[in-house]
Amino acid sequence: MRLLRRLTPFLFMLPLAGTLAAQATQPDRIAQLQQQIADAKSSADNAWMLVCSALVLLMTGPGLALFYGGLVRKKNVLATMMQSFAMMALITVLWAVIGYSLCFASGNNFIGGIEHAFLHNVGAAPDGDYAATIPQQTFMIYQLMFAIITPALICGAFAERMKFSAMLLFMVLWSLLVYAPMAHMVWGKGGLLNASLGGRFPTLDFAGGTVVHITSGVSALICALFLGRRVGFPKEPMPPHSVVLSFIGACLLWVGWFGFNAGSALNSGSLATSAFVATHFAAATAAIGWAVAEWIRNGKPSVLGAISGSVAGLVAITPAAGFVGPMPALLIGLIAGVFCYTMVAMVKARLGYDDSLDAFGVHGAGGTIGALLTGVFAASAVNPIFKDAQGHVLPSGMIDGNFRQLGNQAMGVLIAIVLAAVGTYVILQLVNLVLGVRVSAEDEVQGLDLTQHGEEGYYWEASMP
Amino acid sequence: MTKLETVIQPAKFDAVKDALIEIGVEGMTVSEVRGHGRQKGHTEFYRGREYTVDLLPKVKIEMVLPDQIVDRAIQAITSAARTGKIGDGKIFLTRIDEAIRIRNDDRGENAL
Repeated sequence: MRLLRRLTPFLFMLPLAGTLAAQATQPDRIAQLQQQIADAKSSADNAWMLVCSALVLLMTGPGLALFYGGLVRKKNVLATMMQSFAMMALITVLWAVIGYSLCFASGNNFIGGIEHAFLHNVGAAPDGDYAATIPQQTFMIYQLMFAIITPALICGAFAERMKFSAMLLFMVLWSLLVYAPMAHMVWGKGGLLNASLGGRFPTLDFAGGTVVHITSGVSALICALFLGRRVGFPKEPMPPHSVVLSFIGACLLWVGWFGFNAGSALNSGSLATSAFVATHFAAATAAIGWAVAEWIRNGKPSVLGAISGSVAGLVAITPAAGFVGPMPALLIGLIAGVFCYTMVAMVKARLGYDDSLDAFGVHGAGGTIGALLTGVFAASAVNPIFKDAQGHVLPSGMIDGNFRQLGNQAMGVLIAIVLAAVGTYVILQLVNLVLGVRVSAEDEVQGLDLTQHGEEGYYWEASMP
Repeated sequence: MTKLETVIQPAKFDAVKDALIEIGVEGMTVSEVRGHGRQKGHTEFYRGREYTVDLLPKVKIEMVLPDQIVDRAIQAITSAARTGKIGDGKIFLTRIDEAIRIRNDDRGENAL
Protein backbone atom coordinates (compact mmCIF):
# COMPACT_ATOMS: atom_id res chain seq x y z
CA MET A 1 0.00 0.00 0.00
CA ARG A 2 2.80 2.33 0.89
CA LEU A 3 4.45 1.59 -2.39
CA LEU A 4 1.29 2.32 -4.32
CA ARG A 5 0.84 5.64 -2.55
CA ARG A 6 4.34 6.66 -3.41
CA LEU A 7 3.86 5.72 -7.04
CA THR A 8 0.48 7.46 -7.43
CA PRO A 9 1.89 10.81 -8.59
CA PHE A 10 3.59 9.03 -11.42
CA LEU A 11 0.62 7.00 -12.55
CA PHE A 12 -0.70 9.74 -14.83
CA MET A 13 2.56 9.57 -16.77
CA LEU A 14 2.11 5.93 -17.67
CA PRO A 15 0.56 6.40 -21.13
CA LEU A 16 3.33 8.82 -22.06
CA ALA A 17 5.99 6.48 -20.73
CA GLY A 18 4.50 3.71 -22.82
CA THR A 19 4.81 5.77 -26.00
CA LEU A 20 8.37 6.74 -25.15
CA ALA A 21 9.29 3.09 -24.47
CA ALA A 22 7.79 2.03 -27.79
CA GLN A 23 9.80 4.65 -29.63
CA ALA A 24 12.98 3.61 -27.87
CA THR A 25 12.59 -0.11 -28.53
CA GLN A 26 11.59 -0.01 -32.20
CA PRO A 27 15.20 -0.28 -33.52
CA ASP A 28 16.03 -2.69 -30.71
CA ARG A 29 13.09 -4.82 -31.69
CA ILE A 30 14.17 -4.84 -35.34
CA ALA A 31 17.70 -5.76 -34.33
CA GLN A 32 16.29 -8.49 -32.16
CA LEU A 33 14.21 -9.86 -35.03
CA GLN A 34 17.14 -9.67 -37.37
CA GLN A 35 19.19 -11.58 -34.85
CA GLN A 36 16.48 -14.23 -34.62
CA ILE A 37 16.38 -14.55 -38.40
CA ALA A 38 20.17 -14.88 -38.53
CA ASP A 39 20.07 -17.49 -35.77
CA ALA A 40 17.39 -19.46 -37.60
CA LYS A 41 19.42 -19.37 -40.80
CA SER A 42 22.52 -20.46 -38.92
CA SER A 43 20.66 -23.35 -37.38
CA ALA A 44 19.33 -24.46 -40.75
CA ASP A 45 22.75 -24.20 -42.39
CA ASN A 46 24.44 -25.94 -39.51
CA ALA A 47 21.98 -28.83 -39.54
CA TRP A 48 22.50 -29.31 -43.26
CA MET A 49 26.29 -29.12 -43.00
CA LEU A 50 26.43 -31.67 -40.18
CA VAL A 51 24.34 -34.07 -42.26
CA CYS A 52 26.63 -33.44 -45.22
CA SER A 53 29.70 -34.15 -43.08
CA ALA A 54 28.23 -37.52 -42.17
CA LEU A 55 27.35 -38.18 -45.83
CA VAL A 56 30.92 -37.52 -46.95
CA LEU A 57 32.25 -39.88 -44.28
CA LEU A 58 29.77 -42.46 -45.58
CA MET A 59 31.53 -42.24 -48.93
CA THR A 60 34.75 -43.61 -47.45
CA GLY A 61 33.25 -46.13 -45.08
CA PRO A 62 31.47 -48.15 -46.17
CA GLY A 63 31.12 -46.66 -49.70
CA LEU A 64 34.65 -46.72 -51.03
CA ALA A 65 35.64 -49.66 -48.82
CA LEU A 66 32.90 -51.77 -50.42
CA PHE A 67 33.54 -50.45 -53.92
CA TYR A 68 37.25 -51.26 -53.77
CA GLY A 69 36.80 -54.34 -51.56
CA GLY A 70 34.59 -56.02 -54.14
CA LEU A 71 37.03 -55.32 -56.97
CA VAL A 72 39.98 -57.18 -55.46
CA ARG A 73 40.49 -60.92 -55.13
CA LYS A 74 38.92 -62.42 -52.05
CA LYS A 75 42.25 -62.96 -50.29
CA ASN A 76 42.67 -59.17 -50.16
CA VAL A 77 39.16 -57.98 -49.33
CA LEU A 78 39.80 -57.09 -45.69
CA ALA A 79 43.16 -55.48 -46.33
CA THR A 80 41.56 -53.27 -48.98
CA MET A 81 38.67 -52.27 -46.73
CA MET A 82 41.10 -51.62 -43.90
CA GLN A 83 43.01 -49.13 -46.04
CA SER A 84 39.89 -46.96 -46.31
CA PHE A 85 39.02 -47.45 -42.66
CA ALA A 86 42.54 -46.60 -41.53
CA MET A 87 42.20 -43.23 -43.24
CA MET A 88 39.05 -42.54 -41.20
CA ALA A 89 41.05 -42.92 -38.01
CA LEU A 90 44.54 -41.76 -38.96
CA ILE A 91 43.74 -38.64 -40.98
CA THR A 92 41.29 -37.52 -38.29
CA VAL A 93 44.07 -37.36 -35.70
CA LEU A 94 46.42 -35.67 -38.15
CA TRP A 95 43.70 -33.15 -38.99
CA ALA A 96 43.18 -32.25 -35.35
CA VAL A 97 46.89 -31.78 -34.74
CA ILE A 98 47.99 -29.81 -37.79
CA GLY A 99 46.15 -30.79 -41.00
CA TYR A 100 43.25 -28.34 -40.69
CA SER A 101 45.59 -25.48 -39.93
CA LEU A 102 47.88 -26.19 -42.89
CA CYS A 103 44.85 -26.22 -45.20
CA PHE A 104 42.72 -23.38 -43.88
CA ALA A 105 44.63 -21.07 -41.56
CA SER A 106 45.94 -17.84 -43.09
CA GLY A 107 49.32 -18.43 -44.63
CA ASN A 108 51.13 -17.74 -47.87
CA ASN A 109 50.09 -18.55 -51.44
CA PHE A 110 50.93 -22.21 -51.04
CA ILE A 111 50.27 -23.41 -47.51
CA GLY A 112 48.36 -22.35 -44.42
CA GLY A 113 49.99 -21.31 -41.15
CA ILE A 114 49.88 -22.98 -37.78
CA GLU A 115 47.47 -20.64 -36.01
CA HIS A 116 44.80 -23.38 -35.89
CA ALA A 117 47.18 -26.18 -34.85
CA PHE A 118 45.49 -28.41 -32.26
CA LEU A 119 42.28 -26.69 -33.43
CA HIS A 120 43.24 -23.54 -31.54
CA ASN A 121 40.42 -20.95 -31.92
CA VAL A 122 38.28 -23.35 -33.94
CA GLY A 123 34.99 -23.20 -32.10
CA ALA A 124 31.41 -22.00 -32.31
CA ALA A 125 32.28 -18.68 -33.96
CA PRO A 126 32.06 -18.79 -37.76
CA ASP A 127 35.01 -17.92 -39.98
CA GLY A 128 33.43 -15.34 -42.28
CA ASP A 129 35.93 -15.92 -45.09
CA TYR A 130 34.79 -19.51 -45.50
CA ALA A 131 31.26 -19.90 -44.18
CA ALA A 132 29.69 -17.05 -42.30
CA THR A 133 26.63 -18.89 -40.99
CA ILE A 134 28.06 -22.07 -39.47
CA PRO A 135 30.44 -22.62 -36.58
CA GLN A 136 34.02 -22.93 -37.75
CA GLN A 137 34.03 -26.28 -35.98
CA THR A 138 31.36 -27.50 -38.41
CA PHE A 139 33.42 -26.23 -41.35
CA MET A 140 36.44 -28.01 -39.87
CA ILE A 141 34.73 -31.40 -39.47
CA TYR A 142 33.16 -31.14 -42.94
CA GLN A 143 36.54 -30.46 -44.54
CA LEU A 144 38.06 -33.33 -42.57
CA MET A 145 35.82 -35.79 -44.39
CA PHE A 146 37.35 -34.61 -47.70
CA ALA A 147 40.84 -35.03 -46.30
CA ILE A 148 39.90 -38.61 -45.37
CA ILE A 149 38.48 -39.77 -48.68
CA THR A 150 41.16 -38.21 -50.86
CA PRO A 151 44.07 -40.44 -49.76
CA ALA A 152 41.69 -43.40 -49.51
CA LEU A 153 41.03 -43.05 -53.24
CA ILE A 154 44.73 -43.62 -54.00
CA CYS A 155 44.54 -47.09 -52.41
CA GLY A 156 42.94 -48.38 -55.62
CA ALA A 157 46.24 -48.09 -57.44
CA PHE A 158 48.43 -50.13 -55.11
CA ALA A 159 45.74 -52.58 -54.04
CA GLU A 160 46.76 -56.17 -53.33
CA ARG A 161 50.49 -55.46 -52.94
CA MET A 162 51.38 -52.60 -50.57
CA LYS A 163 52.58 -53.11 -47.02
CA PHE A 164 50.10 -51.82 -44.46
CA SER A 165 52.78 -50.05 -42.42
CA ALA A 166 54.21 -48.38 -45.51
CA MET A 167 50.71 -47.32 -46.56
CA LEU A 168 50.16 -45.59 -43.22
CA LEU A 169 53.42 -43.66 -43.38
CA PHE A 170 52.84 -42.79 -47.02
CA MET A 171 49.39 -41.42 -46.29
CA VAL A 172 50.51 -39.25 -43.37
CA LEU A 173 53.25 -37.67 -45.47
CA TRP A 174 50.98 -37.37 -48.49
CA SER A 175 48.31 -35.55 -46.49
CA LEU A 176 50.83 -33.03 -45.26
CA LEU A 177 52.90 -32.56 -48.42
CA VAL A 178 50.36 -32.93 -51.22
CA TYR A 179 46.82 -32.55 -49.90
CA ALA A 180 47.39 -29.65 -47.52
CA PRO A 181 49.15 -27.36 -50.04
CA MET A 182 46.64 -28.16 -52.79
CA ALA A 183 43.63 -27.59 -50.53
CA HIS A 184 45.16 -24.33 -49.29
CA MET A 185 45.95 -23.10 -52.79
CA VAL A 186 42.41 -23.71 -54.05
CA TRP A 187 40.26 -23.08 -50.98
CA GLY A 188 42.44 -21.46 -48.32
CA LYS A 189 42.81 -17.77 -47.44
CA GLY A 190 45.48 -16.28 -49.69
CA GLY A 191 45.70 -19.41 -51.84
CA LEU A 192 47.26 -19.01 -55.26
CA LEU A 193 44.28 -20.54 -57.07
CA ASN A 194 41.46 -19.38 -54.80
CA ALA A 195 38.61 -18.06 -56.95
CA SER A 196 36.47 -16.49 -54.22
CA LEU A 197 39.22 -14.93 -52.11
CA GLY A 198 41.24 -13.35 -54.88
CA GLY A 199 43.89 -15.87 -55.90
CA ARG A 200 46.23 -15.01 -58.77
CA PHE A 201 44.95 -17.83 -61.00
CA PRO A 202 41.32 -18.13 -59.89
CA THR A 203 40.50 -21.79 -60.49
CA LEU A 204 36.88 -22.83 -60.22
CA ASP A 205 36.80 -25.98 -58.12
CA PHE A 206 33.50 -26.22 -56.32
CA ALA A 207 33.98 -29.44 -54.38
CA GLY A 208 37.42 -30.77 -55.17
CA GLY A 209 38.03 -31.73 -58.80
CA THR A 210 41.64 -30.60 -58.54
CA VAL A 211 42.10 -30.87 -54.78
CA VAL A 212 40.58 -34.31 -54.37
CA HIS A 213 40.39 -36.15 -57.67
CA ILE A 214 43.33 -34.95 -59.74
CA THR A 215 45.73 -35.13 -56.79
CA SER A 216 44.57 -38.60 -55.76
CA GLY A 217 44.29 -39.86 -59.35
CA VAL A 218 47.73 -38.67 -60.44
CA SER A 219 49.31 -39.90 -57.20
CA ALA A 220 47.64 -43.23 -57.86
CA LEU A 221 49.31 -43.48 -61.26
CA ILE A 222 52.71 -42.72 -59.73
CA CYS A 223 52.08 -45.39 -57.07
CA ALA A 224 51.09 -47.97 -59.70
CA LEU A 225 54.25 -47.23 -61.69
CA PHE A 226 56.50 -47.14 -58.62
CA LEU A 227 55.26 -50.37 -57.06
CA GLY A 228 55.06 -52.23 -60.34
CA ARG A 229 52.50 -54.77 -61.42
CA ARG A 230 50.96 -57.39 -59.19
CA VAL A 231 52.53 -60.84 -59.36
CA GLY A 232 50.97 -62.54 -62.37
CA PHE A 233 49.57 -59.39 -63.99
CA PRO A 234 48.43 -59.30 -66.76
CA LYS A 235 48.66 -63.02 -67.61
CA GLU A 236 46.79 -64.37 -64.62
CA PRO A 237 43.09 -63.54 -64.49
CA MET A 238 42.24 -61.22 -61.58
CA PRO A 239 38.51 -60.60 -61.85
CA PRO A 240 36.66 -58.79 -59.05
CA HIS A 241 35.72 -61.28 -56.34
CA SER A 242 32.34 -59.63 -55.72
CA VAL A 243 30.78 -57.11 -58.05
CA VAL A 244 27.87 -57.23 -55.59
CA LEU A 245 29.96 -55.50 -52.90
CA SER A 246 31.18 -52.98 -55.46
CA PHE A 247 27.61 -52.32 -56.52
CA ILE A 248 26.52 -51.49 -52.96
CA GLY A 249 29.62 -49.36 -52.53
CA ALA A 250 29.01 -47.40 -55.72
CA CYS A 251 25.40 -46.69 -54.76
CA LEU A 252 26.54 -45.44 -51.35
CA LEU A 253 29.13 -43.25 -53.08
CA TRP A 254 26.39 -41.75 -55.26
CA VAL A 255 24.29 -40.89 -52.18
CA GLY A 256 27.28 -39.64 -50.20
CA TRP A 257 28.30 -37.43 -53.10
CA PHE A 258 25.27 -35.20 -52.44
CA GLY A 259 26.97 -34.29 -49.17
CA PHE A 260 30.26 -33.81 -50.99
CA ASN A 261 28.99 -31.53 -53.76
CA ALA A 262 25.78 -29.94 -52.49
CA GLY A 263 27.39 -29.50 -49.08
CA SER A 264 30.20 -27.55 -50.71
CA ALA A 265 27.76 -24.65 -50.99
CA LEU A 266 28.47 -24.43 -47.22
CA ASN A 267 24.87 -23.36 -46.63
CA SER A 268 21.44 -24.83 -47.19
CA GLY A 269 20.32 -22.30 -49.80
CA SER A 270 19.51 -22.58 -53.48
CA LEU A 271 23.14 -23.06 -54.49
CA ALA A 272 23.12 -26.36 -52.60
CA THR A 273 20.06 -27.40 -54.60
CA SER A 274 21.71 -26.44 -57.85
CA ALA A 275 24.82 -28.47 -56.99
CA PHE A 276 22.66 -31.40 -55.85
CA VAL A 277 20.80 -31.47 -59.16
CA ALA A 278 23.95 -31.13 -61.27
CA THR A 279 25.59 -33.94 -59.29
CA HIS A 280 22.72 -36.32 -59.78
CA PHE A 281 22.32 -35.55 -63.48
CA ALA A 282 25.99 -36.09 -64.26
CA ALA A 283 26.07 -39.44 -62.43
CA ALA A 284 23.11 -40.60 -64.49
CA THR A 285 24.45 -39.72 -67.93
CA ALA A 286 27.93 -41.01 -67.07
CA ALA A 287 26.50 -44.40 -66.10
CA ILE A 288 24.70 -44.45 -69.45
CA GLY A 289 27.79 -43.27 -71.34
CA TRP A 290 30.11 -45.96 -69.94
CA ALA A 291 27.56 -48.77 -70.27
CA VAL A 292 26.64 -47.88 -73.84
CA ALA A 293 30.30 -47.61 -74.86
CA GLU A 294 30.77 -51.10 -73.47
CA TRP A 295 27.61 -52.36 -75.13
CA ILE A 296 28.90 -51.19 -78.50
CA ARG A 297 32.42 -52.55 -77.98
CA ASN A 298 31.83 -55.84 -76.12
CA GLY A 299 28.25 -56.58 -77.01
CA LYS A 300 26.99 -56.34 -73.42
CA PRO A 301 26.48 -53.50 -70.93
CA SER A 302 28.06 -54.71 -67.67
CA VAL A 303 26.95 -53.85 -64.14
CA LEU A 304 30.52 -52.98 -63.21
CA GLY A 305 30.64 -50.69 -66.22
CA ALA A 306 27.44 -48.87 -65.27
CA ILE A 307 28.53 -48.28 -61.67
CA SER A 308 32.06 -47.29 -62.69
CA GLY A 309 30.51 -44.82 -65.10
CA SER A 310 28.39 -43.24 -62.40
CA VAL A 311 31.47 -42.74 -60.23
CA ALA A 312 33.33 -41.20 -63.19
CA GLY A 313 30.44 -38.78 -63.71
CA LEU A 314 30.37 -37.86 -60.03
CA VAL A 315 34.11 -37.19 -60.18
CA ALA A 316 33.80 -35.00 -63.26
CA ILE A 317 30.90 -32.93 -61.92
CA THR A 318 32.68 -32.33 -58.60
CA PRO A 319 34.53 -29.16 -59.64
CA ALA A 320 31.56 -27.94 -61.69
CA ALA A 321 28.66 -28.79 -59.39
CA GLY A 322 28.03 -25.30 -58.01
CA PHE A 323 28.78 -23.43 -61.23
CA VAL A 324 26.84 -25.17 -63.99
CA GLY A 325 23.18 -25.65 -64.82
CA PRO A 326 21.41 -28.97 -65.19
CA MET A 327 21.84 -29.31 -68.97
CA PRO A 328 25.61 -28.83 -69.00
CA ALA A 329 25.70 -31.31 -66.09
CA LEU A 330 24.05 -33.94 -68.27
CA LEU A 331 26.65 -33.28 -70.94
CA ILE A 332 29.63 -33.30 -68.55
CA GLY A 333 28.51 -36.67 -67.19
CA LEU A 334 28.11 -38.20 -70.62
CA ILE A 335 31.55 -37.01 -71.75
CA ALA A 336 33.15 -38.27 -68.52
CA GLY A 337 31.53 -41.69 -68.78
CA VAL A 338 32.79 -42.32 -72.29
CA PHE A 339 36.19 -40.70 -71.66
CA CYS A 340 36.93 -42.68 -68.49
CA TYR A 341 35.82 -45.92 -70.14
CA THR A 342 38.30 -45.22 -72.93
CA MET A 343 41.07 -44.47 -70.42
CA VAL A 344 40.41 -47.61 -68.40
CA ALA A 345 39.61 -50.12 -71.12
CA MET A 346 41.85 -48.97 -73.92
CA VAL A 347 44.61 -46.61 -72.80
CA LYS A 348 45.56 -48.60 -69.69
CA ALA A 349 45.74 -51.85 -71.64
CA ARG A 350 47.89 -50.15 -74.28
CA LEU A 351 50.34 -48.71 -71.76
CA GLY A 352 50.43 -51.80 -69.53
CA TYR A 353 50.62 -50.21 -66.05
CA ASP A 354 48.72 -51.97 -63.28
CA ASP A 355 46.44 -49.34 -61.76
CA SER A 356 44.60 -52.20 -60.12
CA LEU A 357 41.26 -50.56 -59.37
CA ASP A 358 41.55 -47.69 -61.86
CA ALA A 359 42.06 -44.86 -59.40
CA PHE A 360 43.86 -42.90 -62.14
CA GLY A 361 41.55 -43.90 -64.96
CA VAL A 362 38.47 -42.75 -63.05
CA HIS A 363 39.65 -40.03 -60.63
CA GLY A 364 42.66 -38.62 -62.47
CA ALA A 365 41.04 -38.67 -65.89
CA GLY A 366 37.55 -37.78 -64.68
CA GLY A 367 38.87 -35.00 -62.43
CA THR A 368 40.87 -33.45 -65.26
CA ILE A 369 38.06 -33.53 -67.80
CA GLY A 370 35.70 -32.15 -65.14
CA ALA A 371 38.04 -29.31 -64.16
CA LEU A 372 38.48 -28.25 -67.79
CA LEU A 373 34.77 -28.53 -68.62
CA THR A 374 34.04 -26.36 -65.57
CA GLY A 375 35.93 -23.59 -67.38
CA VAL A 376 33.66 -24.11 -70.37
CA PHE A 377 30.25 -24.40 -68.72
CA ALA A 378 30.50 -22.27 -65.54
CA ALA A 379 27.67 -19.75 -65.66
CA SER A 380 27.41 -16.58 -63.58
CA ALA A 381 23.63 -17.03 -63.59
CA VAL A 382 24.12 -20.16 -61.47
CA ASN A 383 26.81 -18.77 -59.21
CA PRO A 384 28.05 -15.17 -59.51
CA ILE A 385 31.55 -15.99 -58.29
CA PHE A 386 33.50 -13.25 -60.09
CA LYS A 387 32.69 -9.61 -59.39
CA ASP A 388 34.44 -6.38 -60.21
CA ALA A 389 35.36 -3.73 -57.65
CA GLN A 390 31.87 -2.18 -57.86
CA GLY A 391 30.25 -5.53 -57.20
CA HIS A 392 29.03 -6.08 -60.76
CA VAL A 393 28.88 -9.72 -61.74
CA LEU A 394 31.52 -10.79 -64.26
CA PRO A 395 31.25 -13.77 -66.64
CA SER A 396 32.33 -17.14 -65.22
CA GLY A 397 33.17 -19.64 -67.95
CA MET A 398 33.50 -19.81 -71.70
CA ILE A 399 29.74 -20.16 -72.07
CA ASP A 400 29.46 -16.69 -70.45
CA GLY A 401 32.15 -15.28 -72.71
CA ASN A 402 35.06 -15.56 -70.26
CA PHE A 403 37.57 -17.34 -72.43
CA ARG A 404 40.42 -16.79 -69.99
CA GLN A 405 38.83 -19.10 -67.45
CA LEU A 406 39.80 -22.21 -69.40
CA GLY A 407 43.41 -21.08 -69.05
CA ASN A 408 42.98 -20.65 -65.30
CA GLN A 409 41.42 -24.08 -65.06
CA ALA A 410 44.34 -25.54 -67.01
CA MET A 411 46.73 -23.81 -64.61
CA GLY A 412 44.93 -25.37 -61.64
CA VAL A 413 45.04 -28.79 -63.30
CA LEU A 414 48.72 -28.41 -64.13
CA ILE A 415 49.68 -27.40 -60.60
CA ALA A 416 47.67 -30.29 -59.17
CA ILE A 417 49.33 -32.78 -61.52
CA VAL A 418 52.87 -31.54 -60.89
CA LEU A 419 52.42 -31.29 -57.12
CA ALA A 420 50.85 -34.75 -56.89
CA ALA A 421 53.36 -36.44 -59.19
CA VAL A 422 56.49 -34.94 -57.66
CA GLY A 423 55.22 -35.14 -54.08
CA THR A 424 54.12 -38.75 -54.41
CA TYR A 425 57.37 -39.83 -56.03
CA VAL A 426 59.50 -38.24 -53.32
CA ILE A 427 57.35 -39.69 -50.53
CA LEU A 428 57.42 -43.17 -52.07
CA GLN A 429 61.21 -43.08 -52.32
CA LEU A 430 61.41 -42.05 -48.68
CA VAL A 431 58.95 -44.66 -47.45
CA ASN A 432 60.63 -47.33 -49.53
CA LEU A 433 63.93 -46.46 -47.89
CA VAL A 434 62.50 -46.62 -44.37
CA LEU A 435 60.00 -49.49 -44.56
CA GLY A 436 59.91 -50.92 -48.08
CA VAL A 437 56.65 -50.23 -49.90
CA ARG A 438 55.83 -53.66 -51.22
CA VAL A 439 55.09 -56.96 -49.53
CA SER A 440 57.21 -60.00 -50.45
CA ALA A 441 56.10 -62.07 -53.44
CA GLU A 442 55.15 -64.95 -51.13
CA ASP A 443 53.00 -62.68 -48.97
CA GLU A 444 51.38 -61.25 -52.07
CA VAL A 445 50.46 -64.69 -53.37
CA GLN A 446 49.11 -65.71 -49.98
CA GLY A 447 47.06 -62.53 -49.77
CA LEU A 448 47.24 -59.40 -47.66
CA ASP A 449 44.35 -60.38 -45.37
CA LEU A 450 46.40 -63.16 -43.84
CA THR A 451 49.88 -61.70 -44.12
CA GLN A 452 49.11 -58.11 -43.07
CA HIS A 453 46.21 -58.58 -40.68
CA GLY A 454 46.10 -62.26 -39.68
CA GLU A 455 42.48 -62.64 -40.73
CA GLU A 456 40.35 -63.87 -43.59
CA GLY A 457 37.36 -62.04 -45.01
CA TYR A 458 35.31 -65.17 -45.59
CA TYR A 459 35.44 -68.15 -43.27
CA TRP A 460 32.96 -70.40 -44.96
CA GLU A 461 34.48 -73.88 -44.52
CA ALA A 462 31.51 -76.23 -44.82
CA SER A 463 33.01 -78.68 -42.35
CA MET A 464 33.54 -76.08 -39.63
CA PRO A 465 30.92 -76.23 -36.90
CA MET B 1 29.21 -103.40 -56.90
CA THR B 2 29.84 -100.50 -59.25
CA LYS B 3 30.77 -96.94 -58.55
CA LEU B 4 29.15 -94.28 -60.70
CA GLU B 5 30.87 -90.91 -60.89
CA THR B 6 28.49 -88.60 -62.64
CA VAL B 7 29.27 -85.03 -63.66
CA ILE B 8 26.26 -82.97 -64.69
CA GLN B 9 25.04 -79.42 -65.22
CA PRO B 10 24.21 -77.87 -61.82
CA ALA B 11 20.74 -76.93 -63.08
CA LYS B 12 19.92 -80.59 -63.72
CA PHE B 13 20.85 -81.84 -60.25
CA ASP B 14 17.37 -81.90 -58.73
CA ALA B 15 15.88 -83.76 -61.68
CA VAL B 16 18.67 -86.34 -61.57
CA LYS B 17 18.40 -86.81 -57.83
CA ASP B 18 14.64 -87.34 -58.01
CA ALA B 19 15.02 -89.84 -60.86
CA LEU B 20 17.63 -91.80 -58.88
CA ILE B 21 15.50 -91.92 -55.72
CA GLU B 22 12.58 -93.06 -57.90
CA ILE B 23 14.47 -96.20 -58.95
CA GLY B 24 15.53 -96.99 -55.40
CA VAL B 25 18.98 -95.46 -55.01
CA GLU B 26 19.49 -94.97 -51.28
CA GLY B 27 22.66 -92.95 -50.95
CA MET B 28 24.82 -90.52 -52.82
CA THR B 29 27.65 -88.07 -52.21
CA VAL B 30 27.37 -84.75 -54.00
CA SER B 31 29.98 -82.06 -54.54
CA GLU B 32 30.10 -78.79 -56.39
CA VAL B 33 33.04 -78.96 -58.77
CA ARG B 34 34.49 -77.01 -61.66
CA GLY B 35 35.79 -78.40 -64.91
CA HIS B 36 35.31 -78.80 -68.60
CA GLY B 37 35.27 -81.49 -71.23
CA ARG B 38 34.97 -80.65 -74.88
CA GLN B 39 32.77 -77.74 -73.97
CA LYS B 40 34.77 -74.54 -74.17
CA GLY B 41 34.35 -71.87 -71.49
CA HIS B 42 33.05 -68.36 -71.92
CA THR B 43 34.53 -64.87 -71.79
CA GLU B 44 33.80 -62.19 -69.21
CA PHE B 45 34.63 -58.49 -69.39
CA TYR B 46 35.60 -56.44 -66.34
CA ARG B 47 36.26 -52.80 -67.20
CA GLY B 48 37.27 -53.77 -70.69
CA ARG B 49 39.62 -56.56 -69.60
CA GLU B 50 38.69 -59.88 -71.10
CA TYR B 51 38.81 -63.01 -68.97
CA THR B 52 38.37 -66.48 -70.43
CA VAL B 53 36.60 -68.72 -67.95
CA ASP B 54 37.28 -72.29 -69.07
CA LEU B 55 36.45 -74.15 -65.85
CA LEU B 56 32.71 -74.12 -65.48
CA PRO B 57 30.67 -75.02 -62.44
CA LYS B 58 29.36 -78.61 -62.42
CA VAL B 59 27.85 -80.99 -59.90
CA LYS B 60 29.50 -84.35 -59.28
CA ILE B 61 27.44 -87.27 -57.86
CA GLU B 62 29.25 -90.29 -56.51
CA MET B 63 27.31 -93.50 -55.81
CA VAL B 64 28.22 -97.13 -55.25
CA LEU B 65 25.34 -99.33 -56.45
CA PRO B 66 24.45 -103.05 -56.53
CA ASP B 67 25.15 -104.29 -60.05
CA GLN B 68 21.52 -105.11 -60.84
CA ILE B 69 20.35 -101.48 -60.71
CA VAL B 70 23.32 -99.88 -62.48
CA ASP B 71 21.72 -99.93 -65.92
CA ARG B 72 18.51 -98.44 -64.62
CA ALA B 73 20.49 -95.74 -62.79
CA ILE B 74 22.39 -94.86 -65.96
CA GLN B 75 19.13 -94.54 -67.83
CA ALA B 76 17.61 -92.42 -65.09
CA ILE B 77 20.59 -90.06 -65.13
CA THR B 78 20.86 -89.68 -68.88
CA SER B 79 17.17 -89.07 -69.39
CA ALA B 80 17.01 -86.53 -66.55
CA ALA B 81 20.23 -84.67 -67.35
CA ARG B 82 20.21 -84.61 -71.13
CA THR B 83 19.57 -81.37 -73.02
CA GLY B 84 21.28 -82.57 -76.17
CA LYS B 85 23.74 -79.69 -76.06
CA ILE B 86 27.47 -79.83 -75.47
CA GLY B 87 28.29 -79.69 -71.74
CA ASP B 88 25.64 -82.10 -70.45
CA GLY B 89 28.28 -84.12 -68.56
CA LYS B 90 29.57 -87.67 -68.25
CA ILE B 91 29.18 -90.88 -66.24
CA PHE B 92 32.25 -92.94 -65.26
CA LEU B 93 31.89 -96.53 -63.99
CA THR B 94 34.39 -98.41 -61.80
CA ARG B 95 34.29 -101.90 -60.25
CA ILE B 96 34.28 -101.80 -56.44
CA ASP B 97 35.98 -104.62 -54.47
CA GLU B 98 34.51 -104.11 -51.05
CA ALA B 99 32.32 -101.83 -48.96
CA ILE B 100 32.22 -101.65 -45.16
CA ARG B 101 29.62 -99.96 -42.97
CA ILE B 102 31.47 -98.29 -40.11
CA ARG B 103 28.54 -98.57 -37.69
CA ASN B 104 28.32 -102.40 -37.60
CA ASP B 105 30.95 -103.90 -39.91
CA ASP B 106 28.39 -104.92 -42.58
CA ARG B 107 30.24 -105.86 -45.72
CA GLY B 108 29.59 -106.02 -49.46
CA GLU B 109 26.18 -105.04 -50.86
CA ASN B 110 24.74 -105.16 -47.34
CA ALA B 111 26.85 -102.16 -46.51
CA LEU B 112 25.47 -100.03 -49.34
